[in-house]
Amino acid sequence: MFKKLLSPYAFYNHTTPLVPWILAGFMLCFSYGIFAGLFIAPADYQQGDGFRIIYVHVPSAFTAMLIYFTMAICAMITLIWRVKITAICMSCSAPMGAWFTLLALITGSIWGKPMWGTWWIWDARLTSVLILLFIYLGFIALQSVIDDVQTRDRATSIITIVGIINLPIIHYSVVWWSTLHQGPTISKLSAPSIALSMLYPLLAMIAAFILFYVLIVMIRMRNQILLREIETAWVRKVAMTL
Amino acid sequence: MNRKQKNRLLGIFIALPLISIAIGLILFALKQNINLFYTPSQLNALSVQPKQTIRIGGYVKMHSVQYDKSGENISFVITDRTHDMDVTFKGVLPNLFREGQTVVVTGKLNQQHELMANQVLAKHDEKYMPKALRKE
Repeated sequence: MFKKLLSPYAFYNHTTPLVPWILAGFMLCFSYGIFAGLFIAPADYQQGDGFRIIYVHVPSAFTAMLIYFTMAICAMITLIWRVKITAICMSCSAPMGAWFTLLALITGSIWGKPMWGTWWIWDARLTSVLILLFIYLGFIALQSVIDDVQTRDRATSIITIVGIINLPIIHYSVVWWSTLHQGPTISKLSAPSIALSMLYPLLAMIAAFILFYVLIVMIRMRNQILLREIETAWVRKVAMTL
Repeated sequence: MNRKQKNRLLGIFIALPLISIAIGLILFALKQNINLFYTPSQLNALSVQPKQTIRIGGYVKMHSVQYDKSGENISFVITDRTHDMDVTFKGVLPNLFREGQTVVVTGKLNQQHELMANQVLAKHDEKYMPKALRKE
């Protein structure tokens, strides 16, 4: 039964009605988050309006790591059970993860120049996030040099599983070592050290970024499925109705 | 789950901890190099050559920031509450620099054991709040 549900055909069919709902959820979260973040949330007592870059920086960094975590789960399933759909999910997620990582690095850099006094510093947090970007790029490179689909899925799965070790390093880098980057504000067990009026837009933006990822990866996967299954009868049927 | 699948699962569960331990050992061995700065106390326990560039992190001591007559050179004391360190700097300070703030200072020691800084970076803490809350 599980196997049937995980087939590309079932995935394609079941996600068709989901796409507009996810789009609506994303637009709702994003429009509230960006408006409240830029206009309603009060300025920070130290950073003034400059702190508002947090509404892009934190969600993109969080999503970049979440995407990697998703990919690692997919990689294990692909490697053990040889499931097609998780391999497709992995390969569609990687470029998005790379873009979100890059966005987190760029927004952090723009914030760092006026606040810290430097664009870049080789501290543990910044370096480990840069390594995450390189892992994503390595994944994309590896995927593009292997032509055989099954070999490609296995090779990229192994790379992804090895790379998962970087995630706890990124998260705890600001705890284990002395860094210039500040410690966690919301992703910790105690209460968040951010005023509630600033927190709600941030949570909305995080939700919006996650929904954006889910939406885009779903559309990309659906296209990928059609490409991979192009020889089958059901794809021909779908093509006829388009 | 058939036998092949079980073996692959086992393979992952053996390989992952091994890789984690390897990376963990590397990071542990490099600990002192990964740390971005010394605290004044740590520096006190070290012997630093005069020409060696070092990075110190600590709080800017309250009421210690002084400008010279030209207004170009600034001197202040950074502290970790047990040891102090005199710093002089000529240049532009970051927005978040103020007394009581954590800073990370790069420079060389002179004969009087003062740090001649060529870079002053301000560290931001993880707290975000509006001005109104701050006053209460």
